Amino acid sequence: MLELLYGVLVGPVKDMASSPTFLAEVVIGGLAAGLMYSLVALGFVLIYKASGVFNFAQGVMVLFAALTLVGLMERGAPLVLALLVTMAVMGALAFAIERVVLRPLVNQEQIILFMATIGLNFFLEGFGELVWGSNVKKLDVGIPDSSFVVWGVQVNRLELTAAITAAVLVAAMAVFFQRTRIGRALRAVADDHEAALSIGIPLNTIWVVVWSAAGLVAIVAGIMWGAKSGVQFSLSLIALKALPVLILGGFTSVPGAIVGGLIIGVGEKIAEVYWGPLVGGAIENWFAYVLALAFLLFRPQGLFGERIIERV
Amino acid sequence: MREPTGPPAIPPGEPLLAVDEVSVRFGAIQALDRVSLEIRRGEIAAIIGPNGAGKTTLLNVISGFYHPSEGHIRFEGRDRTRLRPYDVAALGVARTFQNVALFKGMSVLDNIMTGRLLKMRGSFLLEALYWGPAMRQELLHRAFVERIIDFLEIEAIRKAGAGTLPYGLQKRVELARALAAEPKLLLLDEPMAGMNVEEKEDMCRFILGVNDEFGTTIALIEHDMSVVMDISDRVIALDYGRKIADGRPDEVRADQGVIDAYLGVSHA
Repeated sequence: MLELLYGVLVGPVKDMASSPTFLAEVVIGGLAAGLMYSLVALGFVLIYKASGVFNFAQGVMVLFAALTLVGLMERGAPLVLALLVTMAVMGALAFAIERVVLRPLVNQEQIILFMATIGLNFFLEGFGELVWGSNVKKLDVGIPDSSFVVWGVQVNRLELTAAITAAVLVAAMAVFFQRTRIGRALRAVADDHEAALSIGIPLNTIWVVVWSAAGLVAIVAGIMWGAKSGVQFSLSLIALKALPVLILGGFTSVPGAIVGGLIIGVGEKIAEVYWGPLVGGAIENWFAYVLALAFLLFRPQGLFGERIIERV
Repeated sequence: MREPTGPPAIPPGEPLLAVDEVSVRFGAIQALDRVSLEIRRGEIAAIIGPNGAGKTTLLNVISGFYHPSEGHIRFEGRDRTRLRPYDVAALGVARTFQNVALFKGMSVLDNIMTGRLLKMRGSFLLEALYWGPAMRQELLHRAFVERIIDFLEIEAIRKAGAGTLPYGLQKRVELARALAAEPKLLLLDEPMAGMNVEEKEDMCRFILGVNDEFGTTIALIEHDMSVVMDISDRVIALDYGRKIADGRPDEVRADQGVIDAYLGVSHA
C-alpha cells in the first residue's frame, strides 16, 4: 500500500526534480499541443458567444480549410496565393452558412441549430472529400520540423512558429472584439438579440463576421496540425479534444479557451510521461476527458465562464 | 464628423409617422384590424387599451419586428412598411421593451455606448489601435453619453453591471440607451410597469424632459391612466385590435367606448 502511494505521489515528482531540462521539454511539448486545442476551441467560443450555437462542424471546418490550402498548393499555387484563396473560401462559406442554415432557423431552439451544425459537419466532410480526394496529404509551409537548443532545452521550430502565430492571432482578435465598433456590436448580439436589433445592429452581418472569424481560426489551426501530422480526415477529430477544453475554460470565454487548451495540453503530456508507466501508458488519450468530468462535477461553468444563477 | 447633439428643433404638428389601415394577423387571431393613426412631430402620444388590445403589436410593427399583413407605414412621408428592425433604427426610431432588453453582461456605460453604434463611423484598424480620429470619435460619443447619464441621474451606477441593477433602474438605463441614438421617434413600451410611485414620478419627469430638452417625439404604451393623463398631448385607445378613440386626454377619458372597453362591457 505504502509502495503504491509512493509510486503515485512521490516517484513522479522525484523524476521531475531530477531532470528539469527534460521536464521543460515535456512542458513545452504540452504547451504546443495545447495551443492547437486552444485554436480549435477558440473557433467554438467565437460562434457560441455571438449566436448561442454550438458549432459541431468546427472540427470539419479545420479539416476543410487545410484540405483547400493543400489542394491549391498541389495544383501549383504558391503558399501566399493559396492562403488568400483559402481565406476567401472560408469567408464565402460563412456567408453561405448564414444564408442557408442560420437565417431560415432564426429564433429556433438551440438544439435545432445544433442539429443543423451536425448536418453541416457531414456536408463539409463529404464535400471536401468530393473536391480534394481522401488521401493523406503532406502540407509543407516551408518551416522545417526540426529542433534547436536553448539553455539545454530542445525547441521545435515548427511548434515555436505555431505558438507565435497563434498568440498574434489571439491578440489581434481580442483587440478587434474589445475595441472596435463591430466588436461592441458582437458582444451586444451575444447578450440579447432583440435589443441588438432595436439599436440598429444587423444580426445577419454579425453572424457572417463571426463565422468568418471562426473560419480564419480554422485555417490557422488546419495549417498547424496539417504541417505536423499531414492533412487527413482524422483532423476533424481534434474537435473532440476541444470539448474538454471548452468545459475547462467556459463556453463563452476567449481567455478561457486559451488557458483551458494549455492546461489540457501540458496536463496530458505530464500525466503521460510521469504517471503513464504506472498504468501502462496511453493516459494522453483519456486524461482530458477525466479532467473535464471533474470540472463538470465541481465547477460546471468552467474557469472563466459566466456563472449561471437560476432565480426561481 | 458631426458633433453629437440633439436633433434639430422641429415645428410641432406635422406627422412624423403615419400608420395607414394596418392589419396584423397571427393565425386566426386578428391582432390589429385596419388601424390608422399619426404621430406628430414633437408630441407625446400615449397608446392605451386593455390587455390584448394590440398595443405592443402596434409598436412592433412600427419598429419593424413584425410586418403588417395589410396597410402601410410612412415615416417622414416615405413608405417604410417592410423594413427590418435595424433599418428602422437607422432611420431614427429607438425603442424600449416591455420586459427590459438590456445587455445584462455589459456595464451600464457600455450598454448606453452601444446605443451610439449607428452614429459611429471610421476605420476598424484605427479603432483597434485607438488612434487618431478613432480616439477623438470615441471621446465625442463618450461625452454625449455622459450628458445622457447626467440627464437621467444614473451617474452613480455607470460602471455597474446592467444585469445586477434593480428593475426600475434597468428601465432607466434602457431609456438611456434608446436616447443615445438621438432618435427622432422614441417608442416606449410600458416604461413604468412594475415601478413604485416615486420611480414612476421620476420616469414621468424624464419623459417630459426628453421631449422638452431634445425635442424628441415620443409614443408610449402605458396602463396607469393618471400618468397617461398627466404627460401625454394625445391619447390613442385600442381595443380588440381596433382604434376606438384618438384625441386629447380629457376627450378620450370621457369617451363612452373607452370606458366600456376598460370596464369590460360585452361587445354584443
